[in-house]
Amino acid sequence: MSNLLRSQKSSRFFTKFFTYAFLLLLSVIILYPLLITASSAFKAGNISAFDLNFDATWTLDNFSRLFTETLYGEWYINTLVIAFVTMFVQVTLITLAGYTFSRYRFIGRKKSLMFFLLVQMIPTTATLVAFYVMALLLGALDQSWFLIFLYIGGGIPMNTWLMKGYFDTIPYDLDESAKLDGAGHFRIFAQIVLPMAKPMIAVQALWAFMTPFGEYMLARFLLRSPENYTVAIGLHTFISNPQEQKVALFAAGAILIAIPISILFFMLQKNFVSGLTAGGTKG
Amino acid sequence: MEHTEDGKKRIRTATWLSVIPGIGQFYNKQTFKGVVFLAIFALFIYEMIVFGFEAFTGMVTLGLTPGEDHSLFLLIEGSLQFLLTVIFLLFYAINIYDAKKVAIRIVQEKKINKTAKDTLKNVYHNGFPYLFTIPAYLVMIFAIIFPVLVTIFISFTNYDFYHIPPASLIDWVGFDNFINMFFLSSYRDTFIAVLGWTIIWTLSATTLQIAIGIFTAVVLNQKFIKFKRLFGIIFLLPWAVPAFITIMSFSNMFNDSLGAINTQVIPFINSLIPFIDLGSLPWKTDPFFTKIAIILVQGWLGFPYIYVLVSGILQSIPEEQYESAKIDGAGPIGRFRHITLPTILMIAAPVFITQYTFNLNNFNMIYLFNEGGPGSIGAGAGSTDILISWIFKLTTGTSPQYSIAAAVTLFISIFVIAIALVVFKKTKAFEMED
Repeated sequence: MSNLLRSQKSSRFFTKFFTYAFLLLLSVIILYPLLITASSAFKAGNISAFDLNFDATWTLDNFSRLFTETLYGEWYINTLVIAFVTMFVQVTLITLAGYTFSRYRFIGRKKSLMFFLLVQMIPTTATLVAFYVMALLLGALDQSWFLIFLYIGGGIPMNTWLMKGYFDTIPYDLDESAKLDGAGHFRIFAQIVLPMAKPMIAVQALWAFMTPFGEYMLARFLLRSPENYTVAIGLHTFISNPQEQKVALFAAGAILIAIPISILFFMLQKNFVSGLTAGGTKG
Repeated sequence: MEHTEDGKKRIRTATWLSVIPGIGQFYNKQTFKGVVFLAIFALFIYEMIVFGFEAFTGMVTLGLTPGEDHSLFLLIEGSLQFLLTVIFLLFYAINIYDAKKVAIRIVQEKKINKTAKDTLKNVYHNGFPYLFTIPAYLVMIFAIIFPVLVTIFISFTNYDFYHIPPASLIDWVGFDNFINMFFLSSYRDTFIAVLGWTIIWTLSATTLQIAIGIFTAVVLNQKFIKFKRLFGIIFLLPWAVPAFITIMSFSNMFNDSLGAINTQVIPFINSLIPFIDLGSLPWKTDPFFTKIAIILVQGWLGFPYIYVLVSGILQSIPEEQYESAKIDGAGPIGRFRHITLPTILMIAAPVFITQYTFNLNNFNMIYLFNEGGPGSIGAGAGSTDILISWIFKLTTGTSPQYSIAAAVTLFISIFVIAIALVVFKKTKAFEMED
C-alpha cells in the first residue's frame, strides 16, 4: 500500500517537474528573440546583429535618428491613415452584410453565402498581375487609396462569415419583441442587435487595423516612392540591403509598432475566443 | 396548385412577353415596374451600341496597330463589359421570373402591387436585405471578382516583358501558358519543385503549429499550475507582436556568420548538454537548413492562435466526462485520445483548415525571412519559394512574366478551392441551418 502511494507521489512529482520545465523552456524560446530585438534598439554604435549582450553603451539615440535621418515618421503616418480608413469602411460593410445574412431570409441568401465562402478561398493577393494592370490604367500606382480599396475588399468575404456567425449567437427574441413594438428595420439593427455585437466588432476592427501594418506583398508592389511606404516596407529596407544594415534602427522602429499594437491586442484578447469559435463552427 | 386552361395561358403569355423586359409587367398591369424594367433594358441596349460592341471587338483583337492601340486598355474594357453583361443577364432572368410569379398571383387572385407607391413600399420592405449587402458586394466585385476575371483573361495571353503596351501588342495564345507550365522543361521543372515545396511547407508548418498549440493548451490547463496568467501572457506574445517584425528579427538571428543562433544559441546548447558539439549551421545558404528554419519559425509564430482556441475548448469540456473515463480505467493518454482530442477536432476543424490555407499563401514568412532564397532553381524562383512568392517574383522581377504569373495564380485558386470543397463537404461545414 505504501509502495503504491509512494509511486503515485513520485509520478505526480515527475508530471509537475516536466510541466514546469516545458513551460519555462517555451517561455525562454518566446522571450529570447523578442528581448534581443528590443534591447538592440537601445544600444549605441553600429551593431550588425541582435544578441543577448548587456555589456553595451545604452542610448536613446536610435529613436531620434529614426525620425531625423529616415522617413520613418512619414511611413508611420501613412500606415495609420491606411489602417484607420480600412478599419472604418471594412467594419461597416461586414457588419451590415453579416447582420443581414444572419437576420433576414431573402432570395439569393444561401447562394450568396456559398459564394462568399468560395471567394474567401481565392488567395486575393495572388491576382497581383490584375491589380497591376488596373492600377496602371487608373493611374493608381503609388497611390494609397488603391491599396486601401484592396485591403477593404480582400477582407470582406471571410469577415462577413465571421460576423454572421457571431450575429447568429445573439438570441432572436429581442428583435422579435422589438418588431412587435413597431420598431423598424434600422432601429432593430442599430439599437437592439448592434450593441450586443460589440465584442466581435471590436475584434474585427482590430484585425482590419492590423492588416496594413503587416501586409507586405501588395504594399511593396503598388507603392513605389519611399515617402509613400508603409512601415512594413520601410523597415524591411533597413535590413534587406547587406551593404547597409541599420539593425539598431530597425529594432527601434519595431518597438514603436509592437508596443501599441500589443497593448490593443491584450485589451481585446478576451473577445477572441468567442469570436473565433462562433464564426468557425456555425454554418 | 392546378391552374385552369385560361390561367395557364395567361402565365405563359406574361412569361413570353417579358422576353423584352417590362412588357410582361405591363401585361400584368404593373405599369411602374414595367417602365423601370423597360428603361433598364433600353439603357443596356444603348450602352451596348455606344460602348459595348466596340469593347467586345477590342477584346477579341486586343488591338491591331502597335503604338496606337493599347492592348491592356482593350482587355480591361472588355472585362468590364463582360461583367456588366453578366449582371444584365442576371437582371434579365429575374425579370422573366418576376413576370411569371406575378402572373401566377393574378391567376390565384392574390393581391398585387399596381401603383408606384405600393411597389416602392414593397421594394423597401423586401429589398432591405439587398440594401444592406450591396455595398459589400460592390467592393468585393471590384477588389476580388474583377481582378480574378482579368487574371483569367491574362493567363491566355502572351503579356510579358517582350510585349509591353502601348509599344507593342498583346495577343491571345490559347492554352500556351498552361502547356508551358506543365510541359516546357524550363518552366515545368521549376513549377513542380515550387509546388512540391509549397505542399511540404504548408503541411509541416501548419501541423507543427497546431501540435504545439494543442500541447501547450493541454499542459497549461492542468489545475496545479501557478502563475498561469503570466505564462498565458507570454505565450500570446508571438501573436500580439506583428509577424512581419518577428520574421525580420529571426531573419537577422539566423544569419550564418553573425546571427544569434550560430553565435549564441548553438554554443549555449553545446555547453549545456554534454557530448553534443554542433558547429555553425548554414541557415541562410543551404536550402535544407533554410527550410528547417522557416518551418520552426512558423511554429513559433502560429501556435498561440491555436493555443488560445484550444484553451477555450478545453474549459468547456465537463469534468464528469474525465471522471467517468478515469473510473473506466483510462490513463491520461487514453483520456486525451478519446475525450480531449475528438472534442478539439470537432469544434476547431474549420479553423485548422483556414490555418492550412493561410500558410499555403504565407508570403511574409517566405519572403521576409530569406527572400525565397538561397540560390535559384530557374524561371526566377529561389529554392525556398512557394507558389505565391514565385508569382510575386514573376510579376516584379527585372524581366516580368505576367501571363505565366496569371496562369500560376489560376492554378493555386483552383487547387485551393477544390481541396477546400472536398474538406468542407467532409466536415459538413456546408450544411447550413435553413
